[in-house]
This record gives sequence, C-alpha cells and structure tokens, in this order.
Amino acid sequence: MLDVFFFYAFAALVLGGALLTVTLRNTVHCAISLIASLSGVAGIFLLQKAEFLFAVQIIVYVGGVMVLFLFVIMLVNLDTAARDRQFNRQWIAAVACVLAIGAEGVYFVRSGSGAWTFAAPSEFALSAGNTEDIARMLFSEYLVPFEIASVLLLVAVVGSVLMARREA
Amino acid sequence: MPANMAPSSAEILRFLPEIILAVMGTFIMVLDPLVRGKSPKIFGHISILAMLAAIGASIFAYTNPGPAFSGMLMVDGFATFFRVLVLGVGILAVLSSYRFLDRERADTGEYHALILFSLVGQCVMVTANELIMIFIGLEISSIATYVLAGYLRDDKRANEAALKYFLLGSFATAFLLYGVAIIYGITGTTNLSAIRAVLSNTTTAPAGAVVGAAVALMFVGLAFKVSGAPFQIWAPDVYQGAPTPVTAFMSAGPKAAAFAVFLRIFMTAFETVGTGWEPLVWVSALLSMTIGNFAALVQQNIKRMLAYSSIAHAGYVLVALAARSEIGTAAAMFYLAAYAMMNVGAFAVVAHLSGKGERRLSLNDFAGLGVKQPLTAALLTIFLLSFIGVPLTGGFFGKFYIFKAALQSNLVWLTVLGLLNSAVAAYYYLRILVVMYMHEPGEATLAVEPLSFGLSAALILPAIGTFVLGIFPSALLQFADKSSIFGR
Repeated sequence: MLDVFFFYAFAALVLGGALLTVTLRNTVHCAISLIASLSGVAGIFLLQKAEFLFAVQIIVYVGGVMVLFLFVIMLVNLDTAARDRQFNRQWIAAVACVLAIGAEGVYFVRSGSGAWTFAAPSEFALSAGNTEDIARMLFSEYLVPFEIASVLLLVAVVGSVLMARREA
Repeated sequence: MPANMAPSSAEILRFLPEIILAVMGTFIMVLDPLVRGKSPKIFGHISILAMLAAIGASIFAYTNPGPAFSGMLMVDGFATFFRVLVLGVGILAVLSSYRFLDRERADTGEYHALILFSLVGQCVMVTANELIMIFIGLEISSIATYVLAGYLRDDKRANEAALKYFLLGSFATAFLLYGVAIIYGITGTTNLSAIRAVLSNTTTAPAGAVVGAAVALMFVGLAFKVSGAPFQIWAPDVYQGAPTPVTAFMSAGPKAAAFAVFLRIFMTAFETVGTGWEPLVWVSALLSMTIGNFAALVQQNIKRMLAYSSIAHAGYVLVALAARSEIGTAAAMFYLAAYAMMNVGAFAVVAHLSGKGERRLSLNDFAGLGVKQPLTAALLTIFLLSFIGVPLTGGFFGKFYIFKAALQSNLVWLTVLGLLNSAVAAYYYLRILVVMYMHEPGEATLAVEPLSFGLSAALILPAIGTFVLGIFPSALLQFADKSSIFGR
C-alpha cells in the first residue's frame, strides 16, 4: 500500500516537474523544475529496488548535468528568450504526436499485461542491494564496452575543444 | 586480479586493430604540440602507417577467428571484410587530405586523430556482436565525423553542415537506443546470437507488436546513418558543407560500417522475423533510389549531385538487404566495396578541382577538363562509368549481384524499378562526362593545379580497385559468400 502511495507521489513529481519545465518563463525556474522531475525519477528507481540507478540519477543528473545547465544559463544571456513567444507554431504536430502516443498507451493498458511479454529477470535483478552484482558485471562481462566508452568521451572532449577554440 | 578475469592473448589479438588505432590517435595528439608548424605532413604519414598496421592486424586476427571478451566481439570473415574496407577508405581519405589541409592552412594533429578515432568506432561497429558495443562504436564514429564535418570553423557552410549533422544524428541515435532498450526488455539480452535464439523460439517468442516496434525503431536509427530514404534529408547539406576529403571519408567509411551493422543485426538477430521487416526495407530501398536519382538530375553543384547519388546507391544496397538471403548479404558486401572505391575516387577529383576555399564546385567548372588534365578526367570517367554500372567496372558486378539476389528472392518489382532507376542515373553521370570532354576549357579548369602525389595515389588506387572488381570479381565475391553466414 505504501509502495503505491510513493509511486504516485514520485510520478506526480516527475510529471509536474516536466510540465513546469516547459511552461515556466524564467529559465532558472525551468532548470529547478527539471531537478524536481529528475529527483522523482530517482525515487521511482528506488521503488524498483535499483539503488545503483537511484544514486547515479542523483549524482550524475541532479548533481552534475543540472549544475552544468545552471552554469550555461548564467553565462549565456537569455533575457531575450524570456521575452520571446513561448509556444511556436509546431503545436499542431506536437498535439498529433501526443495523441498518437496516448492512443498507444491506452491500447497497451486496455490489453493488459499480456501485450508485453518481458524476458524473465536475471536472478539478482530484483533483490535489494544488487550494486555489487552490477559492479561484477561491469568489470567482467561488460569490461570492453566500459573501457571503449572512454574513447567516446575522448572524442567528445577533443571535438568540443576543437569547435570552441578560436583561431590564434 | 583473478586469473580468469584476464583476457587471453587470442582475445587481445582479435581486438588488436582497434587498440593500434586508439593508441596511434592518442600518440598523434601528444605529438601535435611538439612538432606543430615544423613538419605538418608527419601526422598524415603516421596515420597512414597506423591504418596499414591495423589492416595487417585485422587480417592476422582472421587467421584465428572467433568471439572475444564474452561474446562482445565476433571476428569473422564479415568483420574482417568491413574492417579492411573502412581502413582502406581511411587511407584514401588521408591521401586526398594532404593537399587540402596544406591549402587551407589547417594541418593539425586533431584532424588525423579524429579520423583514427572515427575508424576505431567503425571497426568496433563492424566487429561487435552485441548491441551495446554496436551503439558505442556507432557513437564514436558519428561524433568524430560530426566534428570533422565542421573542421573548418571559419567556414559558414561547414558550420551549418556540422550542426545539422549533429542534431539530426543525435535524434536518430535516440531512435536506435529506444529500439535497443525494448529489445533488451523483451529478450533479456543484448547479444545478437542470443536475441536470435529468443525470437526464433516459438514457445517463448515475445508479442509481435512489441518486436515490431523495436525493429522499426532500430530501422529508423540505422536508415538515418546510411542515408536511406525517408531519412536522407540531412545528406545533401552535410555532404556539400563538409570539407571535400571529409565528405569522401564519411560517404564511404561510416556508411559502409553502418550498413555492416544493418546487415549483421537484421540478418542474425532479426532474421527470423524477416517477413515483418521486409516491406519496410522494400519501401525504403525504392524511395532512396528514386529520390536520390531524380533529385540528382537537377543539381548544378557537383557535391550535392554526388550526395544524391550516394542516397541512390544506399537504395541499391537496401535492395540487397530486402532480398533477405545469404546471396543478398554477399552482394551488399561486394557493392559496398565497389561503391567505396568509386565514391572516394570521385570526391577526390572534386577535392582536387575545387581550389582554395572550395569555390569551384559547379558542374561547369569541369568544362574542358579532358583537354587540360587528361589523366584526372580519365580517372573520373572510370568512377562515373562504375557509378552507372558499365561492364568491366566494379559497379557493374555490384548491381548485377544485387539484382540477381533480389530476383532469386522474388522481388521482381523492386528489381524492375531499380533497373529503371539506374537508367535514369546514367543521365546525370553522363552529363559530367559531356561537360568534361565536349566543352571548351573554362576559367576554373585553366586555373587547376597539377595533381599532387597524395591525390594521384588517392585517385589511381581506387581506379585500379574498380577495374580489379570489374574484371576479376570472383575472388572477392567468393570471400563475401563465405562470410555472409556470419559467425552465428
């Protein structure tokens, strides 16, 4: 029962935060609403017994990415953006997309759990305290993707420096 | 570290090409501040040596084929074929870059390092037998290519190209990732062979609608990367705006690697649900051929024309995928090899002619090239004839095998429409020939400089390759046939 209560509380936080992010005018307020939304996602991860994802969500998204957002907002002059029209003319396309996804959602909810056949979870997926198992997987089976991702980060860093650097 | 966690030497050997490329790319960046301004050409030499070494390592790794790192990689004939192909494209692109970088005073280590990193990504993509590896490889290759497209920062068109490519590319990546997530949710694995096992098992197979959604999402992401219609909108602007040697590189290398991923995912993991995705590929193939060829007819800018032609050629390869057979896979492999050579060659000619700041890119700038520079004109003629698919060139056998595979899979209408399309295509390729040989030399042709050593090599090597594939196709085709069953 408590689970259900927390689920709806966090879901409300996620959706309310997302709604405020796109509707508020002041960009700093938008960023703060996004923090609320992302924290809600972290809560849902915790309800699913995914402690590792919960921690990563807080540290990386709420901590890292959002601080970066706020820095960019402070460094870049966004006063003009606050005066611009908030909703552009693409709203018809947006409504069409929302309706299509809504219809899809209704279809899956109505056809019940049989519409989605999920794979059986692995033996430690739903046990509490599975962070050690994730670490073990990451440094054994998934070691190569884990390492090769550093090349990806290197390329991104070199690329952004190259793009940002002005001619001497 | 426990002994069982250390990778065996055989596994490291199977990963050696990527290791060489990544180490050499980093080495170039370390070397850059030490020799900057003194001998800028050295970076090109180093990266060519690195790519040659990686080709050697790829071939050596194939002497002992098999999986590596708990099934993340699969070194088979298919992977070796595409590794050598993308590395060859890299070498030709660097060869055609020497003169360009010198002319634009932009010879830095980063250019070559990014090419090497992009190749790391492509080699990972073509070797990976697992969706996470494929995704990381695709991202390494794509991000390096986005940056290369905007390498000339002071050029407005290059900036536009890089931004468009980056935004649309990220969007397409998101589609692919959604597909991967759904597949993982319904099968519980990201390994292609394991996905195949789950999907082909009729008792445990997940609901068709969900599998269909996942396959469709991954199709969108991959079709974008190979510039297949209706996800081809970015290609003309990006190919036009990027520096020409970079265009040569990204229209052949990353495209071939993306097709390799396309073939591997759809012919191993999703082969058992083939009747579901065949119509998607069918429609996309026809649209790509038609849009590409008809839009190319009206282009005056040579890079835009070649961009639309490249969309059309992606359509031909999609025909081979729609055939859903091992012969189709082998035909696609052969075609991609032939296409890479003629495309890099054609763009190298454009790089040669365009001049400082790439101002001479209109079709009329080719007027009288046949008189002024008979060798360049002759080489471009070879590439154009191969694009059309004239016998004795690689392009002929490429198209021949693709349409043969399509007919064997009873894709009669697609074959007929594809052949009609190639007839349309002949018109705009021949138009370049007419301008080149029948018109008086214009201002642009008179100002063109003699061929440099690097560019001659970047033109003559693919020309030889085009002839070899056109006259002795059987050697490569036999290898492709043998590799088309993958290591599954």
